[in-house]
Amino acid sequence: MDRAEIDTRIRSIIEPFNKKDVAITDSTTFAGDLEFDSLTVMDFVAAIEDEFDIIISMNQQAEIETYGQLVDAVAKMTEA
Amino acid sequence: MQSDRPETLEGDSKDLFSKFDETIELRRNLLSSGVQDPFSLVMEKVLSPTRAICNGRDTILLGTYNYMGMTFDPDVLEAGKQALDDFGSGTTGSRVLNGTFQGHKECEEALREFYDMEHAMVFSTGYLANLGIISTIAGKGDYIILDIDSHASIWDGCAMGNAEVVPFKHNDVEAMEKRLKRIPEGAGKLVILEGVYSMLGDVAPLKEMVRIAKENGAMVLVDEAHSMGFIGENGRGVCEEAGVIDDCDFIIGTFSKSVGTVGGFCVSNHPKFDIMRLVCRPYVFTASLPPSVVATAATSIRKLMDASEKRAHLWENSKRLHSGLTEMGFKLGTDKPESAIIAVIMPDLEKGAAMWSALLEEGLYVNLARPPATPANMTLLRCSLCAEHSGEEVETILQMFENAGKAVGII
Repeated sequence: MDRAEIDTRIRSIIEPFNKKDVAITDSTTFAGDLEFDSLTVMDFVAAIEDEFDIIISMNQQAEIETYGQLVDAVAKMTEA
Repeated sequence: MQSDRPETLEGDSKDLFSKFDETIELRRNLLSSGVQDPFSLVMEKVLSPTRAICNGRDTILLGTYNYMGMTFDPDVLEAGKQALDDFGSGTTGSRVLNGTFQGHKECEEALREFYDMEHAMVFSTGYLANLGIISTIAGKGDYIILDIDSHASIWDGCAMGNAEVVPFKHNDVEAMEKRLKRIPEGAGKLVILEGVYSMLGDVAPLKEMVRIAKENGAMVLVDEAHSMGFIGENGRGVCEEAGVIDDCDFIIGTFSKSVGTVGGFCVSNHPKFDIMRLVCRPYVFTASLPPSVVATAATSIRKLMDASEKRAHLWENSKRLHSGLTEMGFKLGTDKPESAIIAVIMPDLEKGAAMWSALLEEGLYVNLARPPATPANMTLLRCSLCAEHSGEEVETILQMFENAGKAVGII
């Protein structure tokens, strides 16, 4: 799966969580721009994990602040 | 904020306390509405496991986790007094140095018998038991799979260790299984569950969860803090009731609820368990419990082995309070009574604090639980019943709820 495909799939997962219809770029932040609280983060992470059949541990989540970092992290995890 | 997970606080100014400004503001707003501060109540005198004097007034206690009412048991008190006389007021030392007295060994012996397990290790608090065991056994490269609504001591144990931490949706068997199956092959796995979750008083589906955890090669730790002495034929907890206690590698518990004093413990059948006494830092680097505390704990634990009548009465109380509050129109945390905790869901913090205050005026103490300690940002009035509440007292409690609920406009 290439980065573009992962990007497309994550974009469709993020839609219902993006309540304010923020335009999403690689530098969009989850906490700041998208205003995700921890409940939203949990549901969103679970949706991503199930879509790609991966685990994103809390330790890894702490390193992911922007949309671009998430796409990169998922791309790396699905590579293996 | 979700449940008791540690909050990451941020602040830009030089004052390190600026990160607490939001909480300070929240508290200020709450108190300006005229309610009594729910987090600074003082018990001026304690009359029994179910009664205290608060603000000069005789108050029924319905928020103390004193499930089995052991705090004034004559045998328990006598054991404590004797230990004070024989061993002094404190140990002034770590369990691994000068802080293990005969009473600590007797307390561990009582726990081994109570749970019918090979090993028992007593910590200075329940918080330290979770902190110590979790942070010590799950290390770098291992995975911890845990319920998102886990207690703060479990989250802090995770934060203190170096394992990968993977939460799953509360009590969701499928979500847990999916995550277990995705863990890289060869990695160590620890599944952490609670028997009773203290916020809503709901019980975990341990039968399925423990089976799935074992099928996937994980070790299982169950925190039975809120079920000890009450749930299960011998009061060993939800894991006993569910018939899976033999598959639980570690049971964590506390003396500060049913046992009626303070302290924590872990029991296990793991053949190497005893090494924990040397490698578990929250066990080693703190002073051990005072002799009077372990003496009261040991006596209380032994009495809890044979407390089936008290258990039955506590169930009666829980069922009556649950059905009574439901009939009045209160929204509760569970559809049926699952434990001795009945959580009454409040519309918001303001109404919750007003209701808490009104109940105290009536002469009833309950816990006000608010975000971030609660799931889904709920405000709860958490009631925990005691085996020493009489049937009559439960009726009085219901009347108080009706009066306060109408006064505040919740029902």
